Amino acid sequence: MKALDGLRATMRRDRVFDVVNHGRRPVRPGELDTRHGPILYLEEVTVSFDGFKALNDLTLYIDDGELRCIIGPNGAGKTTMMDVITGKTRPDTGTVYFGQTLDLTRMSEHEIAGAGIGRKFQKPTVFPEHSVFENLELAMQADKRVWPTLVARLSGEQGDRIDEVMHTIMLTEHGPTRAAQLSHGQKQWLEIGMLLMQNPRLLLVDEPVAGMTHQEIERTAELLNGLAGKHSVVVVEHDMEFVRSIARTVTVLHEGHVLAEGDMDEVQNHPRVIEVYLGE
Amino acid sequence: MQPRRLIVEWLAQDRGGHLLLLFVLAAAVLVPICNLAVPADSPLHVSTYTVTLLGKYLCFALLAIALDLVWGYCGILSLGHGAFFALGGYAMGMYLMRQIGDRGVYGNADLPDFMVFLDWKELPWYWYGFDEFWFAALMVMVVPGLLAFVFGWLAFRSRVTGVYLSIITQALTYALMLAFFRNEMGFGGNNGLTDFKDILGYNLQSDATRIGLFLASAIALVLGYLLARYVVRSKLGRVVIAIRDAEARARFVGYKVEHYKLWVFVLSAVLAGIAGALYVPQVGIINPSEFSPLNSIELVVWVAIGGRGTLYGAVVGALLVNYAKTYFTGALPEVWLFALGALFVVVTLFLPKGLAGVVTLWRQRRGRRREAPA
Repeated sequence: MKALDGLRATMRRDRVFDVVNHGRRPVRPGELDTRHGPILYLEEVTVSFDGFKALNDLTLYIDDGELRCIIGPNGAGKTTMMDVITGKTRPDTGTVYFGQTLDLTRMSEHEIAGAGIGRKFQKPTVFPEHSVFENLELAMQADKRVWPTLVARLSGEQGDRIDEVMHTIMLTEHGPTRAAQLSHGQKQWLEIGMLLMQNPRLLLVDEPVAGMTHQEIERTAELLNGLAGKHSVVVVEHDMEFVRSIARTVTVLHEGHVLAEGDMDEVQNHPRVIEVYLGE
Repeated sequence: MQPRRLIVEWLAQDRGGHLLLLFVLAAAVLVPICNLAVPADSPLHVSTYTVTLLGKYLCFALLAIALDLVWGYCGILSLGHGAFFALGGYAMGMYLMRQIGDRGVYGNADLPDFMVFLDWKELPWYWYGFDEFWFAALMVMVVPGLLAFVFGWLAFRSRVTGVYLSIITQALTYALMLAFFRNEMGFGGNNGLTDFKDILGYNLQSDATRIGLFLASAIALVLGYLLARYVVRSKLGRVVIAIRDAEARARFVGYKVEHYKLWVFVLSAVLAGIAGALYVPQVGIINPSEFSPLNSIELVVWVAIGGRGTLYGAVVGALLVNYAKTYFTGALPEVWLFALGALFVVVTLFLPKGLAGVVTLWRQRRGRRREAPA
């Protein structure tokens, strides 16, 4: 068994490619390495709850800077997949890597968030008594221990960063507005903004347009499209029209497994997808 | 950054605070003049009894600020804050006991009267050092701070929140009350510490000393207010409010919620201890009834009536309720507890933000009316 373990160690993805990458700057341990394209690797992931397989041999890659939509009927395993990536649920088998080097199955939720994975939950939670500006300030990457926070003063650079994010999330005029007074859609944007303040490399967004007005949906699509490139974005959504308006690549999940992957037209004409969605 | 500019910045957008500080400073100037310089038969004369009473109110106001920090800003409803006040008071009381020296009833220079009475032969170790004022002054802050630290560390780490935490704080002060009632504790049992003679060599009964204590209380209140204001205006203050409103979210954003709660809780306990230490020489006694849960609940009522979440509201609440208490317990003693209860019910039902909330609402309305014609 020892020999087998040794063999496995030499066969590890990150070790093997380091030889191939000879001459390039080596990646320090703990640093995100996306030189091969994908930022997120889920391979053969299985999660079962009391015998029910929420994820069944799921294999999925997300490229750096990509905007990916995940769709699927209820119980397809979308939320479980998010839970596995953020460390809330541990997979029974399979590997989950962030870049080439970071094994997410061995990191705590806190460490995963620190490594650059931000998650937006379905229900928006912001700090209601604080202004939009203050919400973003609180979410900002900074020394978050008690004493440094007591004497913290906003630098010009940090102020600019907050302004920039306020612009991105279309709330520039609402800087001094109390978050409790924002509309539902604006709260969702503010929460995305709070994630952006932490400079995540990968954003997981769970049903962002649920309960939004038509106009808000359109603007959310613009917002998410604008984020792609600078960040990798994974969106889980039911609203097909919305998915069509933002998606370049769509992954369809069904019973914890990838059913189809491709652009919207390909996916919609896929015979298995039609079967699952129309129940034939 | 110049200190003056800093203070101006802390006090920005705090009209209530400005008025309040002005009021306290005016009182600090006028009361001594009216007491010492104005002849006793003049209608402007302020009696020493009143001076002491006002000094007491100021201590209560500082205590209210301390509670407002944890309850109004951090959302921790402590029903045992009187314990920190009483501990600060006991630390000061121990110093005052040592100052008596051989002027006690038994004329024993080494032991306080109650120890002689209990037939103790030597001073318990925890009384060492209280002959020195600086040591007592330090203990006034260290003892409540340490208790708050240990208690808070255990409670917040186990994520005890809400009504459970309130009940535990209540139990804490009750347990301390029972402990301090015991003669074996060495704090004077149910009689507590009293018969104080002087403080820092000044006779406690003299008018000048009373004025000095009143001024010290006023200064402590102003400094306490400024400190609390600095804290709530800082980024830490915003984090603390965020914890109050959405604790899970604050944790998710990356703040160690327990550390913040603990920090505020300890600061609050220290402020309460200082308030207690200033209170004791003015009333001349500290006994275990100060630990009684009723005191802590009354304190919560002051802050609720004044308006939690605004510092000046807490102070106003403490001053008003205590003035009312003095008046009612003198004029209609049987009515007071009913009045207090009714006041609390009315405020909880109709004025969730207390008197400060009414002021804010009124100012908003007036602002809107002013905008409307334009």
